[in-house]
Amino acid sequence: MIYLDNSATTRQYDEVTELMYRVAKETYGNPSSLHSLGFEANNMLTDARRDMESFMATGGEIVFTSGGTESDNMALVSTARKMKRRGKRIITTEVEHPAVLETCKRLAEDGFDIVYAGVDDTGLVKTEDLMQAMTDDTIMVSVMTVNNESGTIQPVNEIGRMIRDYNKKHGTGIVFHTDAVQAFGKLPFSQLDADLVSVSAHKFHGPRGTGFLYMRKDLKLPAFITGGGQENHYRSSTENLPGIAGMALAAKMSYEKLDAKMARMCEVNDHLYKGLTAELKDVVLNGPKELGCSISSAGSGSAHTAVRCPAVLNLTFRGTRGEVLLHTLEQDGIFVSTGSACASHKTGDSHVLSAMGLDHKAIEGAIRFSFSEFNTVEEMDIVIDKVKMAVNRFRKLGSFR
Amino acid sequence: MEKKLYIVRCGEVALKGMNKPYFERILLERVRKAIECYEDAEARWIDGLMFVRIPADIPEDEVIGRCVRVFGVASVSPAIEAPKDINEIGRLAAEYMLQIIEEEGVKTFKVKGKRADKSFAVQSPEIGKQVGAIILKTCKVLSVDVHDPDVLLTVDVRREGAYIFRDKIKGFGGLPLGTNGKGMILMSGGIDSPVAAFMMAKRGMSIEAVHFHSYPYTSQRAQKKVEDLVKVLAGYMGTIRMHVVNLLPIQEQIVQNCPEDETTLLVRRFMMRIAEQIAVKNHNMMLITGEDLGQVASQTAEALVVTDSVVKMPVMRPLIAMDKVDIMDKAREIGTYDISIQPYEDCCTVFLPKHPVTKPKLARIEKSEAALDVQALVDAAVASEEIIEIRP
Repeated sequence: MIYLDNSATTRQYDEVTELMYRVAKETYGNPSSLHSLGFEANNMLTDARRDMESFMATGGEIVFTSGGTESDNMALVSTARKMKRRGKRIITTEVEHPAVLETCKRLAEDGFDIVYAGVDDTGLVKTEDLMQAMTDDTIMVSVMTVNNESGTIQPVNEIGRMIRDYNKKHGTGIVFHTDAVQAFGKLPFSQLDADLVSVSAHKFHGPRGTGFLYMRKDLKLPAFITGGGQENHYRSSTENLPGIAGMALAAKMSYEKLDAKMARMCEVNDHLYKGLTAELKDVVLNGPKELGCSISSAGSGSAHTAVRCPAVLNLTFRGTRGEVLLHTLEQDGIFVSTGSACASHKTGDSHVLSAMGLDHKAIEGAIRFSFSEFNTVEEMDIVIDKVKMAVNRFRKLGSFR
Repeated sequence: MEKKLYIVRCGEVALKGMNKPYFERILLERVRKAIECYEDAEARWIDGLMFVRIPADIPEDEVIGRCVRVFGVASVSPAIEAPKDINEIGRLAAEYMLQIIEEEGVKTFKVKGKRADKSFAVQSPEIGKQVGAIILKTCKVLSVDVHDPDVLLTVDVRREGAYIFRDKIKGFGGLPLGTNGKGMILMSGGIDSPVAAFMMAKRGMSIEAVHFHSYPYTSQRAQKKVEDLVKVLAGYMGTIRMHVVNLLPIQEQIVQNCPEDETTLLVRRFMMRIAEQIAVKNHNMMLITGEDLGQVASQTAEALVVTDSVVKMPVMRPLIAMDKVDIMDKAREIGTYDISIQPYEDCCTVFLPKHPVTKPKLARIEKSEAALDVQALVDAAVASEEIIEIRP
């Protein structure tokens, strides 16, 4: 089996599974309980929190959540609630995850004014659009760190700087959120500069149903889930200790020898891209050509070129349908994903690829390969061979589609 | 355990002449099969009605649901048994009414008397009057309304006892499954074919299915959808065998060697041939399709002539003259609609030509087909079939 759908979810580390089993079996006390079993659980929770904090910039709080979607919801909704008297404008991009876009839609129904910045053909957000949209009425900007479909690394640090400058100049308090679900565990993280950061454990070999929202210390958002007061009152609910402990271990393991892992992922990514473009005609890369291994390497000005996270390679094979390729490859034990959910309906097209300017045909023929540290160059040779066969087979019938 | 009585009426079976005992026997078997999951359940015929007795703790709706799904059943009524004594009948009927008042707060009623047993001293109109009088005395809140009563209570005095019942829950009617041969349905994931299979089964035909897919052009989810549809049908018909055939090798040949505008028709001709071979091998007497005159390009009169001409077996098309909206209503009624509308591609839409022929000429189609080794393709497809059994 060659699993190349790591942006969807990853295989959990065995060590994480074993730890979670142990925690569920042995450390089952409620961290809020006063007895020693509860104390033990609380210690484990505190350790996990400290572990996660060590990956973040400085002086922030970690609020454990049920995952990326909840973190995004909490970031947007709680900020909007807190700031609603200061302004109504929220700026985001057209290529965000539905967890952000759908939440923005809901906020728009509640009277907020949502502005969507566009992206260029590599998926890079147009920072000048963001800048232009900023007004005294703006309360929040939300831009993802790495796009899940194109792998484009957004210039989040540059955007963070722009917002700080704007705040200084205009006396505004614009909050900057970034959905870093596709970045954490895959790119160095300590340089990331944002007020709110969403992270999900199952994207870096941790468990599902666990994630966190990092919050700048002085932000003081209102509670998102009310109840027993857990998670410093931000998010009540008895803590998912096996999940949280599992996430902390997965984070530690992901960041172990990260440089070597990134170098290998670059090699794997590059090998697959070069192999496929050498073997097949009419293969188009959806996303930046150059791979980048840090968040700060991304930029939009003339000094920078757009870069792509080494975990993602999105290609359009012209004259084919991604869904057919996907089902062909799955027969050989190769698992990928497509740019279109259903070939016969345009409504299933990826909003990300649409925003990048791809037409329906190009989206229909798009395949996303997404890698993890477990993938190898040898695997890619098999993938190249199988993709080549599949594409050639179906291009013969291509006149129909 | 105390048992509750359900009276099951058959529709058309009752109209049969010489063969009536045969139909009655099969229907009894089918009903017994439907209730076999209940311990101590029993069913038997008495003077043209089927008496089903089920332990009283089983919810009424559940039992009725099982009975009305048996083809050949016209209606079902939960009933109360009484001794053949007019006062006893009145007392039990009043008791029953009290219960109904408590549950539904009804205000008016009417009692209809029936006397199948002419030796019973009280005549039909008189049964109604006397039982009504007793109910009125017991249930002070009620009054009689002969035109539009909230509750119409029927008292049926028969040879072996008296029965009080209220509702008649309608069944699908038709004839008992297995009394009319076996047919093979060409099953897609659409709205029509499950309805077609249902309608033939309702006339007593046992059903086997064949499903064509184009994996990897279609997905496993598309096939799962078809299995889910067949599972709904199995709820009426019991376990259904489905033959699954990948049509892609044939579609590839057609796409590469034949005119584009004839693709769909040529594919359908292959489906019919393959279905016929599988049908013969499995002792089916006819094919069944969900085709509906004029619904799409491949279902025009001309197109049907072209698809029909490749098989010798009779092809049943029970939906042929129905309007789409009526087919959709039927699909909702039998419970397949919501599954059918899930948006997965099926093998018919994979190679949809831009402008399909709507008035094909048989000679031209046959000429196009000459580019293919038809028999070899059909044999290969039949040989590659997978068989799955789908249980209710």
